[in-house]
Amino acid sequence: MAPMIERMQRYTTALQLTPLGITLLLFLIGPIVVILITSFWKFNGFMTTPDFVVKNYVKMFSSGLTLDNYLETIRIAAIVWVTTAVLGFIIAYYLVFDLLTLKSKMLLFLLCVVPFWTSGVIRMIAWIPFLGKEGVINRAFMGIGITDEPLEFLLFSEFAVIMSYVHVFTLFMVAPLFNTMAKIDPALIEAARDNGAKGWQILLHVIIPLCKPGIAIGSIFVISLTLSDFTAVRLLSGANVGTVALSISNTIGSLNFAYASANSLFLLIVLLLIVGGIMRIVDVRKQL
Amino acid sequence: MSAAMKVRRTNWYYVRSVIFYLFLLFLYGPIFVMAVLSFQGETGGLTFPMRGVSLHWFGDVFNPSYIGDFRWPWGRSVILALIVMVLTMTISFLAGLAFRKPFFGNSIFFYLVVTSLVAPSILISLGIGRAFTSLGMESAWWSGALGAHLTWTLPFGVLIMLAVFSRFDPRLEEAARDLGSTTWQTLKSVVIPITLPGLVGVALFGFTLSYDEYARTSQVSGEFNTLPLELVSVTGTAATPSLYAIGTITTVFSLLVIAISFAALYVIQKRRTGGGSYAPSE
Repeated sequence: MAPMIERMQRYTTALQLTPLGITLLLFLIGPIVVILITSFWKFNGFMTTPDFVVKNYVKMFSSGLTLDNYLETIRIAAIVWVTTAVLGFIIAYYLVFDLLTLKSKMLLFLLCVVPFWTSGVIRMIAWIPFLGKEGVINRAFMGIGITDEPLEFLLFSEFAVIMSYVHVFTLFMVAPLFNTMAKIDPALIEAARDNGAKGWQILLHVIIPLCKPGIAIGSIFVISLTLSDFTAVRLLSGANVGTVALSISNTIGSLNFAYASANSLFLLIVLLLIVGGIMRIVDVRKQL
Repeated sequence: MSAAMKVRRTNWYYVRSVIFYLFLLFLYGPIFVMAVLSFQGETGGLTFPMRGVSLHWFGDVFNPSYIGDFRWPWGRSVILALIVMVLTMTISFLAGLAFRKPFFGNSIFFYLVVTSLVAPSILISLGIGRAFTSLGMESAWWSGALGAHLTWTLPFGVLIMLAVFSRFDPRLEEAARDLGSTTWQTLKSVVIPITLPGLVGVALFGFTLSYDEYARTSQVSGEFNTLPLELVSVTGTAATPSLYAIGTITTVFSLLVIAISFAALYVIQKRRTGGGSYAPSE
């Protein structure tokens, strides 16, 4: 009887996983394999044809543009990561520890989350009337007398792109941090205080270590979102910023699928290494 | 926890409060400016000053002249988001059930899900697009784009369901079985009601992530655009305040969807505490 139940259970498990497995096979593994194959194809200036050449990889690793794009992308990602982490931490801290009632915590958390449910493209476009030469910020600055001329670096610049990332991605930091902070037993903080720990000591030795899983999950979100985005760069950088994902998207535009494939595969590997590194430091799975 | 300890406010508390409310301003400011500018007068432009107040640009959205017709892309996006939502809920729920017990290859599945989450959207989009081409088919918003969206929504769905089921007490299910419930009855009257708030969360994620997705759709939408694609293409060329009008309309629409979802959650919670289900109240 027992082995039969066990076997039935195994069938049930297999059956329950089939839809997920098929979807990932068709739309994740399949495409990655196709990209791998295409990355060895040849581009003759008009179209990409089947072949087996390593030209694309040679070109990618010897091109100074690749390095420039990666440096720029990594710099933007680093700024966005640090900003969202600090901002996300403060916001989560405020929600969890500074607010006293569950109702106010939930209400203000919801206020942070609501914009996430509106269109991201719209939220990027919404920066244009805000940051533009005739925009709200410049008018305000000139009105108060901070500047005489409109500040041009605000829109169609790296600044605008970073601003938009912080705007859209901070929530991806706040939510996991909120979740881990809410699980911290207040008695621990009280105990630290009773033992004479100062505010910053409690923060450094109690709260931040306990928040590691939240920071890790948030970092995975923010870093992978920043590294693969090209929408904000396209809409808000005014061709002043060259990131890896944007250059891949432009390469696709010129129909050089082979070179685009090699580049996107390399980007995937870079991302997996970063995320693997984070998951090595912090056991994210235990947190679920 | 003593309330007295918690109420002791330091200067840092005020710093944090100010940062928090500035952040809210930062979150809502641009959207608010956009909403105001969508009521721009007929002769007004993309930025301030307002040259009068009118509904002209909203009219443009519904009676498209030279800007793109947003109505069809919008309809497509909503339909696609609904399909993605239902599929994400179903697939994630089933996977969540399976993940409760360790099984052979469970970490492979887990890491595949993580890969799906972090994979560059451009790679997914290009890969699916090329796969369709090499099979001699043309990808469309309801085929290739559907798959591309699922690679983005499923990781969220599966991870949420993993979290939900890790807090699920298996003894409740055992108790139901001991009392003579069939597998189906247990599922319907115990497992689903208890995990329902999580499922509604998965549904919300599935809907919005799909409704909003640009990059993963970019290479696979085929002949007909979804709303984000249409919006991006219009920004580049014929930008008029009608762009803000469509922004305002879709934002209001999103807010309505959220409001309805939360109302649904509230009703579920109310019904649950009111009895009638086998599930225990929170």
